[in-house]
Amino acid sequence: MDFPMFHLDWLNDRFLIAVIAIIHVMINHGLAVGFIPYITWLEYKGVKNAPTDQISDSKWDTLIYNKMKVAFIITTTIGAMTGVGIWFSVALVSPSSIGSLIRVFYWAWFTEWVVFVTEVVLIMIYYLTWKNSNKSLNAKLKHIRFGVFLSIASWITMVIIVSILGFMMDPGNWNADKSLLNGFTNPIYIPQLAFRTPVAMLVGGIFGMLLTTIFSKKGSEIRILAIKYAGRWVLFWTAFAIAGAVYYWNVMPEAMKANMSTAVGSMDFEEYYDLLKYFIIGAASLSIVLAFWAIFKPKKVSFGLVMIPCLFVFGFLGIFERVREFVRKPYVIGNYMYSNLLREEDYPLYKKDGILKHATYTSVHEITPDNKVMAGRDVFMLTCSRCHTTNGVNSIVDVFENMYGKDKPLNEQAMASYIPGMHQGRAFMPPFPGNKKELEALVAYIKQLQSSGESLQGAQTDGVAVNADNAVDAVAKRIEAEKEQESENN
Amino acid sequence: MLLQINTPVPKDIPLDLPLPEWLLVTLLIVSFLFHIVFINLMVGGSIVTLWAQIRGLKEKQYDIFAYEIAKTITVNKSIAVVLGVAPLLSINTLYTVYFYSANALTGFAWIMIIPLVTIAFLLTYLHKYTWETMKNHKALHIGIIALSVAIFLFIPLIFLTNVNLMMFPEKWGAVKGFLSALVLPNVFPRYFEFLGACIAVTGIFIVWYNGRRNYPFEEIYISLTRAQVKRVGYHIALIGLAAQIVFGAIVLMTLPAKGVSFEVIEIMGVAGGLLVLALWWIWKTIKDTDERLDKHFWKITIAMLAFMICYGGSRQMYRHNALDKHQKMVAAHTASFQAMSKEARENYVEEEGALVIDESLGDLAKGTALFQASCAGCHQMDQQLVGPPIKEMKQIYEGDEAKLIAWIKAPGRKRQELMQMPGFPQIPDEDLKEIAKYILSVE
Repeated sequence: MDFPMFHLDWLNDRFLIAVIAIIHVMINHGLAVGFIPYITWLEYKGVKNAPTDQISDSKWDTLIYNKMKVAFIITTTIGAMTGVGIWFSVALVSPSSIGSLIRVFYWAWFTEWVVFVTEVVLIMIYYLTWKNSNKSLNAKLKHIRFGVFLSIASWITMVIIVSILGFMMDPGNWNADKSLLNGFTNPIYIPQLAFRTPVAMLVGGIFGMLLTTIFSKKGSEIRILAIKYAGRWVLFWTAFAIAGAVYYWNVMPEAMKANMSTAVGSMDFEEYYDLLKYFIIGAASLSIVLAFWAIFKPKKVSFGLVMIPCLFVFGFLGIFERVREFVRKPYVIGNYMYSNLLREEDYPLYKKDGILKHATYTSVHEITPDNKVMAGRDVFMLTCSRCHTTNGVNSIVDVFENMYGKDKPLNEQAMASYIPGMHQGRAFMPPFPGNKKELEALVAYIKQLQSSGESLQGAQTDGVAVNADNAVDAVAKRIEAEKEQESENN
Repeated sequence: MLLQINTPVPKDIPLDLPLPEWLLVTLLIVSFLFHIVFINLMVGGSIVTLWAQIRGLKEKQYDIFAYEIAKTITVNKSIAVVLGVAPLLSINTLYTVYFYSANALTGFAWIMIIPLVTIAFLLTYLHKYTWETMKNHKALHIGIIALSVAIFLFIPLIFLTNVNLMMFPEKWGAVKGFLSALVLPNVFPRYFEFLGACIAVTGIFIVWYNGRRNYPFEEIYISLTRAQVKRVGYHIALIGLAAQIVFGAIVLMTLPAKGVSFEVIEIMGVAGGLLVLALWWIWKTIKDTDERLDKHFWKITIAMLAFMICYGGSRQMYRHNALDKHQKMVAAHTASFQAMSKEARENYVEEEGALVIDESLGDLAKGTALFQASCAGCHQMDQQLVGPPIKEMKQIYEGDEAKLIAWIKAPGRKRQELMQMPGFPQIPDEDLKEIAKYILSVE
């Protein structure tokens, strides 16, 4: 409504966020939160297992250092930049929602930032002083202590960010008191943290095992030992991951269903939700198999063998985030803002006046038969384009063709009678916010999209058309008139 | 007049700022200052590395120097990124409407920052870690850092275009993509001033880095002395400062009139004076003997830091002046919209009123209207649309209204070739009866 609409008409806007965010989660969980404690533990084991006249077994230490090097390079490049990338992409695609969240969570994010700075400083100390610390036992132990600090700092970043994720799914009574504490007191917070923590450890351990198969010689003693350790680590955390998953899995529907307008919603939800169950079971059993294999047959563990569960658990992280995103629909911020970025509280006004009238950017503000399709395009951009494209991924034409038949011309009347009630049949859809004329314009546009196959360019290429009704001149006059009205009333 | 018609007045997010505006502004300026120092070191460091490594092809000493600077880039870049989060957060909060609008209007370039910077970072690691292994492929090795310098030189343009565009809502309707926003006045002078600052700050950093007592200089360099390397640093800083002063003057002269005030000019003038002072001290240092190279070091550093505070402060003042009126209008517009929305909410007529009831249908009027509203999107009279036609329903449920209602509430799936129907338990029973009556009445 109030922001120029960035739009990717083939790829889909949500896809942009999803790709960046999922890469970030994978790196954050698998190479930082879950990986650093694993590395620190192994570094410590090296010191403990070393002969009395040595500080650490130098081959072992080099192996662990090399593993850390991979994590260091990836986290400080792709990891850091995808973290910033989430901000960038969300600001483009979903400015109203992130803008609202920032106002509520400013301090949470500010604290998060302080922890981030600490984390970056610590990871540089930890990695860059590794070689130098091998000169004395004291320095080595101090170095290991830095590993512990780094592990704690990484985990705290997760402790904070989970509150914001939980909040978006279930803002609790935020609609009433608008305090950021709701992020921590909402019913999903503890379960989500109890789930994410061991999963991160699990993924970190499997990734670590994979790196061991790369950086050590087959059949060498340190390789066998490192694989055994990784097996023990994975087995230990899998137990907690399963417990956390069961806990979280059972809490989520309760919280999510409270968001949903109808019981039908829960039908769709459960169908989607079942998928997650199979993935959890699959990932957990695969991890257990791998762990036992690593403990009892460490010689047989090869790169190819670890690669499969490794891809699987990383894939699992992706699916998990996808489900989490899906179940929050039709809202982007529970009970406050719909996924089309319109606030629920403004719906009555939009229903009454239409949305174009209140849009800052639209080429049409008065619908006539001549500009109907143009108006429809603006309505589409304002109300559908966050999730749908014209002819690309999740295209609006496809959605209707799936309902009404692939090869048939779309029926405007049928669409016009379907759209106003669609949120009842399809509970993940927000209600259509516009008025009747806008609805007719929208279906005319969709029909034209089907026959012409044309695409829709976002503000990043085509710029914006300013609605003269909401430009400086008109707004100034309206505000003046309102003020006069007020003083007259007084 | 024309300008006004085209200046949008968006509504702001109707939530309070998390803390007083002046505090947010302070946080923005201070955190940005820290961020930009490390950005300067990252960009300037990579440029100096490239230069030194090319020079090192003939003079081996400079290759060592290049390697030493290269090692600092990867550290400075990590700090630069993480320190950038706080100003980003603050500008997002303070200037939500302005910043996000500029982002969206230059969206493609804006999002390209992420992959481009990632690539540049990976290249700096590759460059650093292959110094030994690629010593017989110098051209290729220099190519790696050259590519990352090219990226580092491009990225600031995207940022500057954004922070410039955000100050001019009157241009938003006219801008079509990044390139058209890039050529708005003042972007390029600011860009070259910034590059000057990168070089200058890096030069001073080199002086400091090589002067540290615990830096084993003598183990690293074979024939260069600390004094010689410090002199290199001062020379680099001299070039950077000179560029900064020249382009800073151009920035001041080309500043669009909208946000200019006497205070802005004054503070920018003071900032410029500080740079001239730093330049003078550097000049004196270069002319002096090796023993007295550190004499003005802290004065120079402080002058440059003070410059940054003044310059950053004056930019914020300019931004404030440029947007003040518009922000007030945005606030008034937001409040007026909020009031309208509240009124509409309080006087909201339930959907029922929206039903188009054709009284001539008598007993079936309500059922027909309800059917139109909830079912007609998928069901037509004689033809299969998404679901079966009404006539078929009648055949199936003739005389069994209760079963039809039960189905509508919780449908199963009989026809595998069609989509499953969603249930409608939210429709009240009396309405369902009306709908069923209508369905079973068709001929």
